[in-house]
Amino acid sequence: MSRQQWMILSAMVLFLLACSKAPQLAAFIGFRQPAGFPAPAYKFENNQVTSAGFELGRKLFYEPRLSRNNTISCGFCHLQTSAFTHHGHDVSHGIDDRLGSRNSPPIMNLAWSTTFMWDGGVFDLDLQPVAPITNPVEMDESLDNVLQRLRNTAPYPALFQKAFGSADITTARMMKALSQFMVMLVSDQSKYDSVKRQQGVQFTTEEQQGYALYQQHCSNCHREPLFTDYSFRNNGLGAGPNNDEGRYAVTLDPVDKYRFKVPSLRNLAYTAPYMHDGRFYTLAAVLRHYTSEVQDMPTLDPLLKQHGQPGITLTSTEQTQLLAFLQTLNDPSFISDKRFSEEAP
Amino acid sequence: MLPFKYTIYSFLLLLITFTACKKEDNTPSADTNAKATLSIQFDNIAGDKNLQLNTGVYTNAAGEPFSVSLLQYYVSNIQVKNSKGVTYTVPQDDSYFLVSEANAASQFVKVKVPEGDYNTLTFVLGVDSLRSTMDISKRTGVLNPSGGMDDAMYWGWNSGYIFFKMEGTAAAAPVDPSGQRKFRYHIGGFGGYSAPTLNNIKTITIDLTAGGIAKVRQGSEANIHLMADILKMFNGATNISIAANPTVMFSEFSRSIAANYIQMFHHDHTEN
Repeated sequence: MSRQQWMILSAMVLFLLACSKAPQLAAFIGFRQPAGFPAPAYKFENNQVTSAGFELGRKLFYEPRLSRNNTISCGFCHLQTSAFTHHGHDVSHGIDDRLGSRNSPPIMNLAWSTTFMWDGGVFDLDLQPVAPITNPVEMDESLDNVLQRLRNTAPYPALFQKAFGSADITTARMMKALSQFMVMLVSDQSKYDSVKRQQGVQFTTEEQQGYALYQQHCSNCHREPLFTDYSFRNNGLGAGPNNDEGRYAVTLDPVDKYRFKVPSLRNLAYTAPYMHDGRFYTLAAVLRHYTSEVQDMPTLDPLLKQHGQPGITLTSTEQTQLLAFLQTLNDPSFISDKRFSEEAP
Repeated sequence: MLPFKYTIYSFLLLLITFTACKKEDNTPSADTNAKATLSIQFDNIAGDKNLQLNTGVYTNAAGEPFSVSLLQYYVSNIQVKNSKGVTYTVPQDDSYFLVSEANAASQFVKVKVPEGDYNTLTFVLGVDSLRSTMDISKRTGVLNPSGGMDDAMYWGWNSGYIFFKMEGTAAAAPVDPSGQRKFRYHIGGFGGYSAPTLNNIKTITIDLTAGGIAKVRQGSEANIHLMADILKMFNGATNISIAANPTVMFSEFSRSIAANYIQMFHHDHTEN
């Protein structure tokens, strides 16, 4: 080969390397519907997830300037290590240590959620952040003030420019960016998912027995694969000290009294305490509720009143098996995924 | 020279005739698409007194003296009907207004409608359910849910607009945690997104015949002068007592307040 031929060949190889390597490094994997999951409910046609939008959303999620005195960010009550809940808090404390009235729910798989909050009062993820930002016990700030602060804080104008094509910082853009981050918080890498996808992993005997019990007793409300049917039900907790009537406050329909949204069973290992008011610190306490403490009330879910008396019958062995299955729904990669953390790569 | 002189005279005569004609008859221009500004004035009053924020003291039918510190309401989906019974609907994107007693300019709602003589005005007091569920990018201007705490017209916890908001003080109101004797009426409810619930969307139709029809023409601005009597919010089918109901927000009782306040608009006159 002549020198010229060598040069041409080298150039071609370099060109190919450049072609294959550069895009891989920069590649941003947007929202993907995991195998076995249904079509998402979020209207992606109104808000395509982009790398710049997602990164802006992440920055906003961890931005304490969203609160009145720059102390509380979304991530304050939604910690990644706790599957985006407020670990160890029955109800959350927000600004000036003011207490809320409900348990901070996990931010995961929200792309499939048809309503938001324990009572479903918010029907669009793009409208959801308005609630904690303006709530006097959470961030206690107006959106106008937040937007003004962002306009005057570098690098936000540049980040909005990158994400939306101009440096204008508006309510809609801020909400769309936050949504882009939140819909990307997909948890689909649990052992259960690997078993279902036949990725060479099997349930243990105990887990398998627990799965059968789950299907028999829990799956009507905590439906696979997201482990919720997004309905609102009264699970017999009885009224709490603040008489929170749940869904009723939103619909004013008496049948909705004490109904709350069915939460997902994914990532329970990280999301204690449990229930809308965080009254149970352990899963054992949750099972004890369902087996022996369900209170009969006019709006108690009929599925919890099938055998003449409230609750679900489970022997202690069955409870152990069920707990073993529930552990297969934990997704360690979700709570350690660097893309979602405050100190992003 | 004579013919030219006559020409000039004829021309002037013609001009005068035309000008005179235009003034007396004031017929709309031939172009049916020609639009002009129609102004609708929302003049807030309390019975036979002008409403004065904070300083004015008024008494409701329950015998409770009170002052008003804040009054705001949405006016949307404006329609006008002409003498031939033809209705014109203002394009929806241009048909949302927030009337605020604290903002004089906001009390003049201005829309573009085809030239014509209108004898009926229709508007929604509040925000229709379609717009209440639209994508956030369609919620600009007065529909932007970004307002401050006190003047915000949006519920974050229960996605929806507050259609009508009146706050003030009254000796009859109990002391609140901030030490004030306040009443707060935040009325909304568009009917629910996934489950049917409270619907306080009210359509108000006003006959302009008695007070004067609106003659909308290019080059002038017809102004329909409405009086909005806030006492009617208290006094009506249900007399609202501040002592009994100092705070009314998203609740069944809000229906009674909404049923009262649809009566508060009265057409006083039209300036053409």
